[in-house]
Order: sequence, then structure tokens, then C-alpha cells
Amino acid sequence: MSIFVDKKTRLLVQGITGNEGLFHAKQMMAYGTKVVAGVTPGKGGEWVLEDKVPVFDSCRAAVDATGANVTVIFVPSRGALDAMFEAADAGIPLIVCITEGVPVQDMMRVREYLDQKHVRLLGPNCPGLLTPGETKVGIIPNDIAIPGNAGVVSRSGTLTYEVLFALKQKNMGVTTCVGIGGDPINGTNFIDCLDLFEADPRTEKVVMIGEIGGTDEEKAAQFIAANMTKPVVAFIAGQTAPPGKRMGHAGAIIEGGAGTAADKVKALESAGVKVAKYPEEIPSLL
Amino acid sequence: MKLHEYQSKQIFARYGIPIPKGRVAASAIEARQIAEELGGRVVIKSQVLVGGRGKAGGIRVAKSAKEAEELATQILGMEIKGLPVRKVLVDEAANIDHEIYLGITNDRAARRPVIMASAAGGVEIEEVARTNPEKIIKIHIDPLLGLRDYQARDIAISIDLPKEYWKQFTEICRGLWRAYLESDATLAEINPLVILKEKQLMALDGKMLIDDNALFRHTDLAEMRDVDEEVAIETEARKYGLSFIKLEGQIGCMVNGAGLAMATMDIVKLFKGEPANFLDIGGGASSDKVAAALRIILSDKNVKSILFNIFGGITRCDEVAKGILTALKEVKPTIPMVVRLVGTNAEEGRKLLADAKMITAETLVDAAQKAVDAIKN
Repeated sequence: MSIFVDKKTRLLVQGITGNEGLFHAKQMMAYGTKVVAGVTPGKGGEWVLEDKVPVFDSCRAAVDATGANVTVIFVPSRGALDAMFEAADAGIPLIVCITEGVPVQDMMRVREYLDQKHVRLLGPNCPGLLTPGETKVGIIPNDIAIPGNAGVVSRSGTLTYEVLFALKQKNMGVTTCVGIGGDPINGTNFIDCLDLFEADPRTEKVVMIGEIGGTDEEKAAQFIAANMTKPVVAFIAGQTAPPGKRMGHAGAIIEGGAGTAADKVKALESAGVKVAKYPEEIPSLL
Repeated sequence: MKLHEYQSKQIFARYGIPIPKGRVAASAIEARQIAEELGGRVVIKSQVLVGGRGKAGGIRVAKSAKEAEELATQILGMEIKGLPVRKVLVDEAANIDHEIYLGITNDRAARRPVIMASAAGGVEIEEVARTNPEKIIKIHIDPLLGLRDYQARDIAISIDLPKEYWKQFTEICRGLWRAYLESDATLAEINPLVILKEKQLMALDGKMLIDDNALFRHTDLAEMRDVDEEVAIETEARKYGLSFIKLEGQIGCMVNGAGLAMATMDIVKLFKGEPANFLDIGGGASSDKVAAALRIILSDKNVKSILFNIFGGITRCDEVAKGILTALKEVKPTIPMVVRLVGTNAEEGRKLLADAKMITAETLVDAAQKAVDAIKN
């Protein structure tokens, strides 16, 4: 079992003819993901990846022709908003947006629209999803995780790889790894994922990787205390981050005294979560 | 990106929000000329991108053009919270009857813009929020519909604004909403919005923060960036598309990915070291970018050792290694360097660096420990 994606996933890649889109579409296919179509306006009718994947001008045309049910967006930030609206209007129920640097007001508008349409968004500014041994949607390196019983949910990219790698070194596997993205406004939060992991029969424990900024980790702590029976281990990045400075991710900023790592660690520990001091400590805490 | 008060108020004026007559001056003579034009009674306001200017003595009222020159001389010689004052705004003095707070910002948790107002304006709103949170009225705005007039009226009623000002207030709210929306602001704030003795509303002070991610569609706003107010090497880093923040420690860090960069700093601290910087080289960094990053780290004389932590994904470790070698040819650092390469093309990267006399590390813990120990020896 897994959450969000599995063997039935039929994936559309928006921005498939760009450098990133093409490279990662190839990687995803190599992993076993069914990449059924790509979209690049103006390139409809072409075929890519050794003529295995048809390119369409619009999401609607791609969905009609191939039955795609998940989309992954590699469109640059100035086009990402439109790409998300287009995917939603084409009736795709799950959108994974890899794109970094989407303006926050765009995110407020698109999130409101997607909620009204009951469309699930992951990201933006996220590495996507990996169900080891089955399916990959996004950019997580192919060889850093093995199948197992731990669910992983994270706001970060390469830090997530670090954690997956540390688990693999100890021969510990993963059901699904979900990158929810490092932006202040995103589609799916920790609680959504924790809820799904709690319900997933294969997942026996959960790793949660947070960082400074916002209050999602604190809310997740409340949710864990009230609703989770499975053990959760967490790591929070940004103990040393100064207030008022945006630490790379648009969402990683301590504002008005809120969103510090210390607050998050305290909230999680009081919810019974073991908090690792560094990523490589996570396997032993599990 | 932060805008200065004078820049924010210029934007407000474009949206029909009344602001005082005034101009910016870089010298005391200029300040005097502006004061003369405005009739003598003016406010001299330091233009620096920090709060607490008034408390620091950076905002003074002059009764004559001569006094304006004297005060401008003083203020232009000041430093406020470490920032030298390079410009002053010379505004016509207002006859204030009452001060209100009005602002629009992003409510991250609610995922919506929120308009906030308080009858207790003029002071720092964070202070009001802490001591009297009930005195701040907040109304969320539907991001697809925008601010509605009735919401602005609701705010006016809630802060007990006399009826005669409702129309003016609604227009100001509408203008502030459009300024926020069309500038991709993360904050558009008028503090104070004053009721003048002449029965008019006026924005005496203004503050705007612009979403850096949206600057691609606001070239006019991007040009307003005041690089004098930034740490010079942070400006330099931005030129190369690097995310860099200078800190006070001795261990330079070069990492790919923001989360991993923070985690690397944290682990340095855990081993009793102090990170000298936050640096995310981003995904898929080329060797040129890596070389620029290394030069930037080395330009900080506090740096006594460097820790490279690269987890290859989109970023290829051999590209990073090439960048390190390029930079090492130019600047020949004598300080110890610890390198950890994992992931895409890590083996190729390690081979490239084999002759560079760098300390290698397998794990993150090992790397941090070695970078900290290297300073002690």
C-alpha cells in the first residue's frame, strides 16, 4: 500500500519538452512510472522519449486521449499558476507541482480554486512523491530508498534525500515519501499526510521533516497527540536560523517571533514525538 | 524585498491614497530647499529599512527651513540599528487629530490576505498585538474575489471611525488593496493613517514588502531595491542566483538545498561550532556558480574552515567539484576544507578533488565534526 500514487497512476508531465521535464520524465519511466502523456503548448503531435510518450497542446487533450489521472508540473514559475489551473479544469484530481518560486499571491488564488474543485495539490517547490519499488512522481533520486514500512513527509528537498539515504544505510524502507514543499502556502500539509499514513495499513511508523516558519509543525503536533496511534519521529531544520531572514525557501522565515525551531521541537515533544538532533539520528529513533 | 517609506507612499499615491506633500533628500541643503518649498514646517524622516526610527531620534519636526537643515544634518549623520542614514524624507507637517493603523498582509495559516486595522495607530502594531490583541480588527479577504467595500465599512465600524469618514476610509482601503495586489506585496501598511484637524484622512507613514518571487513581473519595483541597505556579499550572491545569508561564525558552509543547508548549520552548532553563513547553491548548480559561491564564502575574513555538503540529485557532484577546483585556482585559501559528496556522480566528483588536499567525510556528522575540529588544530 501507499498514499497518493501507486501502480494505477497514469502520469501526465506538464512542461515535458523542457530540460528538467524531459530529464525527469525519463527518470520516472526508468523507475516504472506509467508516463502516459506530456503537455507543451505548441508542440502537440510530437513524441518524446524514444517515441514512447505523446505530447499534447493542452491538458484537456492529453486527458481525453490517455486517461491521465495525476499530473506533475515542471513549468517555470511564471507559467506555473496557469499550469495548475489548466490541470484542474481538465479534471485531474492530483497535481504535483515541482516548480520553485511561485509568487505567494498566485498560490493563494490557485489553492482557493483547487479547494472549491476538490483537487489535491502537492507542492509547489517540492520534490514530489516516491513509493519505492512502484512509482515515482517528481525528482527524488531513484536509488536512495527501498520499500518498507515507514512513511516519510517533508517540507524539504535534499534534506529528505539525506533522511531516505540514512534509512537505507540502516536497511530501513519506506512506504511512501511525500514532499509537501517549502513555500508558505502549499496544497497539502503535514496533517493531510499524517492522516493518510495513519490509515495506510502498510505504514507502521512515520518520519516528519519540518523546518522553521509558519505553524504547520505545531498543528501537526496537536493532530498527532489527538489522532495518531503510530509512532512519529521528527526532525526540524533551522535551529541556528536568525529571525527575519528568509532561509532559501520562501516559507522558511521566522516572523514576529513565530515559527522558531525551538517552538516546533517543544510542541512535537509534548505530543510524544521523538525529535532527532540531526538527520542521521532518525533511524535509531525509529 | 523591503521598500522605503517614501517609495511605499509613492505607490500608495498612485492608488489614490492621500499622502503628505514632500520629497526625498540626500543632503541637508536639499532638505532645506524642500522645506522652503513646503512653507517651513516639516517633518524630517530618516529613510532606513528598519523599524524604531522615531525612538532612535530619526524622525524630527522642524519649525523652519533653517531648522530643517540643522535636523537633516544630524539625521544624515546617524546610524539606526547599524544602518547609516543616507536619505531623509522631508514631508509637510500634518495637524494630527487621531492615529489609526491599517494594513493588508498574507495570513499564512488561513491562506488568505487579511486586512487589519486598529484605533490605536502610530505605535508598533506588534506591540498592540501583544498587549491588546482585541484592539486589532482582522477581516480575511477572498483571494479570488478581492476586498469588498462592505468589508472596508465593517472595519470602519469596528474601529469606531466616525460616519463622516467612512467614504474616504473605504476608498483608502480599496487603494491599499489594489496597491497590495498589483505590487505582489506581502505587506502593505499605513501606520499611522491619520485623521487631520482638517477632517481629512491621510497616510503619514507607509511600509511595503514585495514578494521576491514575483519581481519578474514588476521590473519597476525591482529597480527600487536599495542595495546600500543590504549586506554587500548578499547582494553579490543574488547576482549569481545564490541564496546567501551572512552570519557571525567561523565555519563557512556550502550546501545544495535550503532545508539541508539549515540542517548542516544546525549540526555544526551541535558540535560546538558556529556557522559563518547560510548558503544554498540551488538545484543543478553549474561549476561557475559553485566557484562564485566559494569566492563569496572566502571573502568573509572570519571564516576559518569550510564545509561542503552536497547531496546530488538534480545537482551533479562532479559539476560542484569542477567549480571548487576553478575557484581554488584563483583564490588559494590556506584554511582547511571538508568535503562530503553523496548522490549523483559523487564518485566522479571525489576523483576530481583527490589532489586538492581537502579533508573528506562520509556522513554529515563526520563532516561537521571534522570542520569544527579543523579550526582547533
